[in-house]
Amino acid sequence: MIDAVLFYAFAALALGSALVVVGQRNPLYSAFALIVTLVSLSAIFALLGSPFIAVLQLVVYAGAIMVLFLFVLMLLNVKPEGDPPAGKGVLRTAAFLLVAVLVAEVGTVLWRATARVPPVFDASPRRVAHLLFSPQYVYVFEATSILILAALVGAVALARKET
Amino acid sequence: MEALTHHALLLSLALFAVGVAGVFLRRNVITVLMCVELMLNAVNLAFVAFSRSLGTLDGQVLVFFVLTVAAAEAAVGLAIVIALHRNRDTLDVDAFSLLKG
Repeated sequence: MIDAVLFYAFAALALGSALVVVGQRNPLYSAFALIVTLVSLSAIFALLGSPFIAVLQLVVYAGAIMVLFLFVLMLLNVKPEGDPPAGKGVLRTAAFLLVAVLVAEVGTVLWRATARVPPVFDASPRRVAHLLFSPQYVYVFEATSILILAALVGAVALARKET
Repeated sequence: MEALTHHALLLSLALFAVGVAGVFLRRNVITVLMCVELMLNAVNLAFVAFSRSLGTLDGQVLVFFVLTVAAAEAAVGLAIVIALHRNRDTLDVDAFSLLKG
């Protein structure tokens, strides 16, 4: 019972702050609203019985990625967006139409999906790690380290001042 | 309990739709990147909900990989934003139309 109440509270918080992210013209306020979304999603992961993912979400997303975003926003001293240029109203309507089509399509599928909870669902970090380091996924795991290295080198090369 | 998982899936759809709308509507490059992060998070929520519903842990492992890719994407994306700002002194997506046909 208390789980359901917390779930709907955090779901409303996540959705509301996501709308602020999109509706806000000042990127700095968008970033702070996105932090609220990420933290409430972390709580939802915990309520859905995935403590490992919940902590990972807090550390990696709210901790690392959002600090990076805020750092760049403050470094570049970003100004709020001005009024939208005239004559783009058609594009704006088309964007809303495309989003409506997406919601209708995926919503139809999800509405019919039958979600059932098996009697035992144990997603403890130990069990997730056993699967992550099993032969099925361990090579992919190693590949992600190369991906991180490539991203590291790429970021330094791109942001460096040309001399 | 069953309703909780189902509603988590619907929440994931709503968050993804909000992210798509943001990518279409916002004109600041950094806000667009943040909306992409929002979409990745919506997909993570769907993975966790399906993992719980099916009783397997593969969804949790996939969320782990999505997180890694998101971190790499944010690092490279923000480096590109810094390079763009250095060259053009603006972050408006409409200003970067050199490749427009």
